[in-house]
Order: sequence, then C-alpha cells, then structure tokens
Amino acid sequence: MRKKRITNMNSQIRQTRLWSPLFLGPVVTAFAIGFVWPFIQGIYLSFCEFKLIKDARLTGFGNYLKALQDPTFRHAFWFTALFAIVSLVLINVLAFAVAYALTQGIKGSNLFRTVFFMPNLIGGIVLGYIWSMIFDGILGRYGTSIVMDSRFGFWGLIILVGWQQIGYMMIIYIAGLQAVPGDMLEAARIDGASKWQTLFKVTIPNVMPSITICTFLGLTNGFKLFDQNLALTGGQPIIQEGGEFVKTTEMLALNIYSTFYTSNTTSKGVAQAKAVLFFILVAGLGLLQLSYTRKREVQQ
Amino acid sequence: MKKILALLLVLVMVFALCACGQKASTGSVYWLNFKPESDEVLQKVAKLYTDKTGVPVKVVTAASGTYSQTLTAEMDKSAPPTLFVVGNANSVKDWSDYVVDLNGTAIANELNTDAYNLYDENGKLVSIGYCFECYGIVVNPDHVAAAGHSMDELTNFAGLKAVAEDIHKNAATLGFDAFSAADMDGSSSWRYTGHLINLEYYYEETASGAKWTAAPEALTGEYFDYFRNIYDLSINNSTTDPKELATGGHDPVNEFISGKSTFVLTGSWDFSGIAETVPNATMIPYYCGVPGEEKAGLNCGTENCWAINAKASEADQKATMDFLVWCVTDPEASRLLVDSFGAMPYKNAVESTNAFLAAADAYAAAGNYVMDWATNYQPGVDDYRSAAVSALNAYNADQTDANWEQVKTAFIDGWAVQYAKQNG
Repeated sequence: MRKKRITNMNSQIRQTRLWSPLFLGPVVTAFAIGFVWPFIQGIYLSFCEFKLIKDARLTGFGNYLKALQDPTFRHAFWFTALFAIVSLVLINVLAFAVAYALTQGIKGSNLFRTVFFMPNLIGGIVLGYIWSMIFDGILGRYGTSIVMDSRFGFWGLIILVGWQQIGYMMIIYIAGLQAVPGDMLEAARIDGASKWQTLFKVTIPNVMPSITICTFLGLTNGFKLFDQNLALTGGQPIIQEGGEFVKTTEMLALNIYSTFYTSNTTSKGVAQAKAVLFFILVAGLGLLQLSYTRKREVQQ
Repeated sequence: MKKILALLLVLVMVFALCACGQKASTGSVYWLNFKPESDEVLQKVAKLYTDKTGVPVKVVTAASGTYSQTLTAEMDKSAPPTLFVVGNANSVKDWSDYVVDLNGTAIANELNTDAYNLYDENGKLVSIGYCFECYGIVVNPDHVAAAGHSMDELTNFAGLKAVAEDIHKNAATLGFDAFSAADMDGSSSWRYTGHLINLEYYYEETASGAKWTAAPEALTGEYFDYFRNIYDLSINNSTTDPKELATGGHDPVNEFISGKSTFVLTGSWDFSGIAETVPNATMIPYYCGVPGEEKAGLNCGTENCWAINAKASEADQKATMDFLVWCVTDPEASRLLVDSFGAMPYKNAVESTNAFLAAADAYAAAGNYVMDWATNYQPGVDDYRSAAVSALNAYNADQTDANWEQVKTAFIDGWAVQYAKQNG
C-alpha cells in the first residue's frame, strides 16, 4: 500500500515534469521575446552607430564616453536623483499616514480608500496635461507658468506624482497594518506603551515588509518617471550653461528619449548607451535599497 | 467564449496571409503621411486608386508631432513605407541613404518647377515637392475698413504698426482686436519659432548673396531686431495679455474666424477654414521694418516632399512611382489633393482655388521677392525651438532688453550650438 502511494507520487511528479514545458513555455517565450532579447540587443546597440537597427555598425565604447560627457545627461541625473529622494520620502510618509488614519476604524474608511486610490488609474500623460492646466490656472494669475521656473516644474512634478502614487502605496501599507498581530498591540497597551511608542516600536517594525516594497517602488518609479515629465513641463525652462542649452526639468528617461530623436548619426547609439547606464543605476539602487531594508524586517 | 476567440485568431491569420499574398504578386504602395489634417483626403485618394487599378495603397498617418519617431520605427519593420516624406535639410541628412534618386524619373518630369525639390550634397534628388504653401499675416479687410483704415496702408511695417496699434487701442469700441493670440505651447509656438523667425533667416541668407544649400554653421543675427519689431507688435496688440501666452488655451485661427481679431499669423493651409466665414480674407507679408520691404512677398516653400524607399522591392517602387504620377495627372485625384494641399507644382495637376496662394502669385507677379523657407535649415530643430520657447516665455512675462538678449541667444547662439551637436 505504502509502496504504491510512493509510485503514485513518483508518477505524478514525472507527469508534472513531462508537461511542465507546456505550462512554462508561453511565459518563458513571451519573457524571452519581450524582455531578454530586446535587452541583449539594447546592450549590443549601445556599442553601435545606427540609424535603423538593421544597419547597426559596431563602434566600441565611444557612445559611453559621449554619454558621460554630455552635460544635459549629468544635469538630468542630479535633477532625477533629487526628485527621486524627495518624492520617495514624501510619498511614503504621506501614504503611511493616510493608511494609518484609515485603519483606525473611522467612518467611511472604504470610501476614502477608493477615492485616494483612484488617481492611480489615470495615465501619466493625461495626468500631466490636467495638472499643467491646474498649475497654470493658479500661476497664470501671477503672470507666470509651470514652464517658466524650474522650481515650479520640480514641485509640480512632486505634487503630481504624489497625488498619483500616494493612494497606491496606501493600499500596500493598509495591508501591512492590518497584518500587525492584535495580541502584540494588546500586550503593548497592557505594558503601558504610549501611542507613539506603540507606533515606532511595534507597528512600524511589523510593517517593514510593506516599507521595503514601497520604498523600492518609490525609488524606481522616481528614477523611471517619463510620461508625467513629458506632459507637465517637457523639460522647460531651458537655460544656457557653458555653450549648451540645458533643459532644467528634464529627467533621465526623457533625456534618453530626446537624445534618441536628435538628428545626428551617433545620437541613437549614445541614447542607447545612456539607457544601459540608466538600467545599471536603477537596478543597482533598487538592489542596494532592498538588501538594506530587508535586514530591518521582523520575522514573525 | 473560447470559440469566439479561436474564430478571431483564425480570422487574423487569414487576413495576415491575404496581406502577404497580395504584396508578393503586384507590388503595393505604403505611404507614411505626416500631415494629420490630410489623412481623410489621402485615404479617399488611396481607395480611388485601388478601385481603379487594383493596386493596394495603404496610407498611415503619424500622430501629430511624432512623424520622425514613427518613420524611424516603421523603416525598421519588414514591410517599411514605400513612400514617405523627407521635408527639410535634417531629414535629407537622415534619410538620403534610404531613398531612390528621383532625378529624371517619371514623377520628376511632371513637375513645373524645381523650386520645392530637396537634393543632398552629391546632387541626388532625395525628395520632390508635392505641394507648396505660403505663410504670412492673414488679414480681415472688413475689420481694417471698419477701423477707418485702408488695405493700402499695409505695405510696410510703419503702416502695419499704425493700423494694428490703432485697432488695439480702440478694441473695446470696435468689438475686435488687432492680432490673434498665439500661445507658446506646442499648438502655436511654431508660428514664432518656425515661421516668423524665417524673416531673420531669409534676410540674412539674401545678404550673404547666395541661397543656402545647407544649414550655415552660425548666424550673424544682424536682422534679429527686425524680428523683434514684428514680434512685439503681434504680442502687445493682441486679444490676450502676453503674460498669458505661456499657459496655452488660445486658438488663433478660431479667434480670427469668429471675428475677434483682424490679423493672424498663419498660412495657406488654413484657407478653407477661414474662407467659409471671412471670404475676402487675404495674406500680406511679414513686414518688420527692413529697408525696401515694400517689395516683399509671402513666405513660400514646402515641407511636403515625397521620397521613395530604395530598400523597398522593385515591384513596390514601381507601384509607388505609378501611383505618384497618377496623383498629379488624374483630374479627380489631383482635384482632391489640390483642394486639401492648396496647390501642387505639377504641369497636369488642376488649378488651385486657394486665395492665399493667389495672393502669393499676385505679389510675385508684381515683382515682389518671394521669401523662401530658410527655416527648413534649422539644426536640431526640436531642441532649438524649445530653447527659443523658453526664452520667449521669459520675455513675454517681462519685456526687458535683458530678456530679449536671452531670446537672441536662444535663436542665434542656439543655431551654432545645435549645428555643432548635429554635425559633431
């Protein structure tokens, strides 16, 4: 009897092994076609000079050199880094605060959750145009506009992205907050912990997994931002700096995009090199941050 | 549900097979069009041709402002466009390796002028003008008369200034203003950064003694103050406070049509819309105070030039050439195209009914000089123009000489910067 069961299981495993390619196949193929292959090709193209992909000609590291020497790329990097940090902090603090408030059992929590989440359902380009109208509606009264001062552009982007992403992060935090064991909170109360002590010593350590994922998302989203940047300011205003016109509110992704469509025989390869650098940067930062916050997670 | 899905997939497969089959047999035409406003007419012309000859013609129109992106992507596909638009010096540089030399071809023999063709530095005829356009200042003569002035006053900048300022001053009583407001966003900024600035380029080109055949490395900017004259006049005597131009939301041609303004900076492509409500509207040159401008004409040129893909199959190239010749010779097709484009520079195409182009002809016939589209040589055009927009925004908000210097930097120094970038 016992022996038979084992054979049964073995045959089940064998069966699964036999059929696994059929089930894994579509996903693996799609992943290979949609991600792995373009990614390899992208790296290859970053070493090429090309106008059309099929006419690419290998040229070596020149593209990387040009990319690193480009002052607009460097400006975009610092602007993006600043944006990513400010938006990361603001979005997470506010999202956590909202999530915390909405898990205290106040009336209409569900309605608020839905409403806060909604902006996340609108596409970036549409949001960019809507907010540029809102900002210009206000700034227009003072004879200025979102595209006329890089500070307006910066904070405009922060507000826009905050408005869009706080709701999303809030949902993740709510899930984390609801998973905090009630007995721990009760124990803290019995031991006489204050509200703040409970928050910082019990609640936050317990929602660390949510914080990990939200900071990861916040950081990578901040670096990868494109549509909102394109639609809200398009890089305006532009200043002249050392013989180069620098788009003051242009972020990395938009910089890569505009480099790619500059009319120059080498620009496409340079844009590709920038894109590879961009990938290394975002992936590296993401991994660093993950390993850092993971260490702070509490195992229950 | 599954059955429907399967059926759909089978249908898609069948269509794909059909498409492949058709292409292999006779050759076909795939036109990548860059003017969204012409799409409807081109689809009609394509259908007409297919009905008559059985040769499939596909017209795809790139979304507004994304033509070069679409072209780059489409050219990389296995069935790239056989016919596309190479309309300025930048595109010639980009695409001259990918196009058929049109010198001496059937379509070139149909032309009645060489004025709108684009050649590369080796004399290869890269693309061939299929229509031409004119731009300048469109005027509502009824408004000029209602304000107590005559069209005869509008023969130089001083005259234009006097009339425009008088109308603007009395706008409240007249019920209309001088200029339409044109915004600095993508919807209208080209009126300044692409068109009005052409007067600076044109006079500089003329002063140099020879027509540009390639973008100059740098500009002298000696005519830039004339640009300021007309720029200031148009923004300070308009329906809107110049401070609001950065924000957007105005429709200059619509303001003109609805009778709110007397002047609008636009071109012959807006004729059909304008003529419906202002039938006697006419177009005058960009008067800016340059000595001798009484003999100025309109800015005539084109960015609409056909190029045939050299990488397409022989059969497709031939089908495309036949289609082009038919477009400019067939009365029905050329009527449709001429009505949409304004005028076509071909011997056997039908006559134009566009009054703005007629005005251009009248100026030329009276011996006035035609201002060519030197603007087509703008290097790194997108970045160049957006830097100019940025500087103009600052100037509109605060019209100081210091801010104007920034505008000049963007236009004049910016040219050299973009030129170096493009050719570096």
